[in-house]
Amino acid sequence: MASTIVTFEFGDREVEVMVKPMATLQSVLRNQLGFTATKEGCRQGGCGSCTVLVDGEPMLSCLLPVEDVAGRRVTTLESITPPEGLHPIQQAFLDAYALQCGYCTPGMVMVAKALLDHDPDPTDDDIRQALAGNICRCTGYQPIVEAVHRAAEAMDVSGAKAGGESAHEMLAGTSGEAAR
Amino acid sequence: MSNSLNVVGRSVPRSDGVGHVTGRTQYTADRSFPGMLHLKMVRSPLHHARIVGVDLSEAERVPGFVRALTWRDVPHNLYTILTLIGVEPEEEYVLAEDRVRFRGEAIVAILAETEAAALEAVSKVRLDLEELPAVFDVEEALKPGAPIVTSWGNNTFMYEGHPCRRVRLGDVEKAFERADYIVEGVYNTSPIEQAPMETTGCIAVPEANGRYTVYTNTQALYFSLDNTSIILQVPGKQLHFVGGTVGGGFGGKVDVIVEPIATLAAMKTNRPVRFVYSRSEEMQVSSTRSAWRIYIKDGVSRDGRIIARKVTSYADSGAYSRQTPYALTKHAANAAGPYAIPNVSIDAYCVFTNRQPSSAMRGFGVTMGSFALEVQMDRIAERVGVDPWTIRFINAYHNGDMKPHGKLAEDATLIETMQAAATLVGHDLPDELRSMTSAPRDAGRDGGDR
Repeated sequence: MASTIVTFEFGDREVEVMVKPMATLQSVLRNQLGFTATKEGCRQGGCGSCTVLVDGEPMLSCLLPVEDVAGRRVTTLESITPPEGLHPIQQAFLDAYALQCGYCTPGMVMVAKALLDHDPDPTDDDIRQALAGNICRCTGYQPIVEAVHRAAEAMDVSGAKAGGESAHEMLAGTSGEAAR
Repeated sequence: MSNSLNVVGRSVPRSDGVGHVTGRTQYTADRSFPGMLHLKMVRSPLHHARIVGVDLSEAERVPGFVRALTWRDVPHNLYTILTLIGVEPEEEYVLAEDRVRFRGEAIVAILAETEAAALEAVSKVRLDLEELPAVFDVEEALKPGAPIVTSWGNNTFMYEGHPCRRVRLGDVEKAFERADYIVEGVYNTSPIEQAPMETTGCIAVPEANGRYTVYTNTQALYFSLDNTSIILQVPGKQLHFVGGTVGGGFGGKVDVIVEPIATLAAMKTNRPVRFVYSRSEEMQVSSTRSAWRIYIKDGVSRDGRIIARKVTSYADSGAYSRQTPYALTKHAANAAGPYAIPNVSIDAYCVFTNRQPSSAMRGFGVTMGSFALEVQMDRIAERVGVDPWTIRFINAYHNGDMKPHGKLAEDATLIETMQAAATLVGHDLPDELRSMTSAPRDAGRDGGDR
């Protein structure tokens, strides 16, 4: 079947890719665009390591035909990393030792971002519910839950709780989402 | 930091932490090279079969197909990982020759321009297999008439001419006769997949200077390098292995599985070759923790002291040995537990079946033995009528006690560890247990007629 051109918003720019039918967003990000923070743990929607945000909602990029994100905004771990320093969620994962091998971390951080964008003050249960689709084989999860709490506090101290998503983006220095 | 020597007790940032939280850590499969080929395996759909024929003609017509590799292409096709520490014999095939011994065993490696083309070509390879009877249970595999998995006529690894690893101290049979209680148990565990988040994989890249750079997520870089050198019959200096970034291993990445064939493929094509397991390969083909069956028979005196312990263990190695013979040796050395028992007999069998090979996983032969032993200790406590803490304290090693394998205990800490654990869980130990130490026994008080 013929390839088609798909355009979507990625970081602070628009990207245009030529894809075979049913190419996944994961394979386009990793193999065509070279952005490999989005991981490949199972390619069957089972592990969450490939989680990205599409218009702010967490999605499994391994199950998502790239045609489905045409005209929409895709956010990966690369997009939320500020030019200097770290996003508060990244800093919290680092400070809470919420990682060992690191392979699940990109998916965990993206899920945490989607959660905190919607709910700046989640409970333990909220966090566990949000992370339920993401597998970690190293940490036992507790440090990850702790990291999300820490991130919520850090973002709240900076006045994010009242401001919603736009304030989050601003305080992270990512209002336009950092270009790589 | 090195001058002040005060790191213990402080939190130190991980050197790889920033890379992990930003996604800049480069795992094996995050790398890409111009002209890179994709390797996919044709695998046995049967547990045990004779290979009658392999027909590649249709696969070769798939657009993007580059070439296939069979056992005839592998310079030293028969290997065993632990040959590096003197373990014999070489018994696993890089690519199957005339027989497959487990479902998923590699038969033909397909190289193609894209992953999709490689998968399509794999699906077009026609295998002519004659199914053979298979065995999946360790004790069934030891019965007369069982299908033989190995090439040496029985289904056990041979330890210096014996079908099991043996440990002997004292005389268990005599001690059983004078025991007040005999407590017997049988303990079974299932195979467990390590299931790292990142699947096993490597990329082999031919360099202009005639060397091959191999990016790999192995947990055992020099096992992989040295075995690749043996299998491909090339000097080690021709191989440059780059590792250290492992997306989870837990023992699942100490086998030498992907590097030799990927490097051979790079040599044959003079192109970079990527061989990364799919999730289903990781779960169904890569080695697991062994399934175990452990029989324990203990002779116990009225006061709760274990005077004799007999352990017969069977680990299911699957079709090939990999690290399991070594795991059995570690198991045998630890199979009586951290307890001072004067009469011990251990027979630990590494058994071959038609399951996928097992190998290392955290604890390496000891974990499953500990599971069996500690359940057994609780049973003894129940039978004798003392609490589970006491039964462990009164049998724990002291420094100077003789271990079953003939070494004196010199770093015993079980008593102190249990005291600390009791404090942590808020369990109030009686004074006589709280005041115990692992110091050498007073011969008059504790030694005596054991």
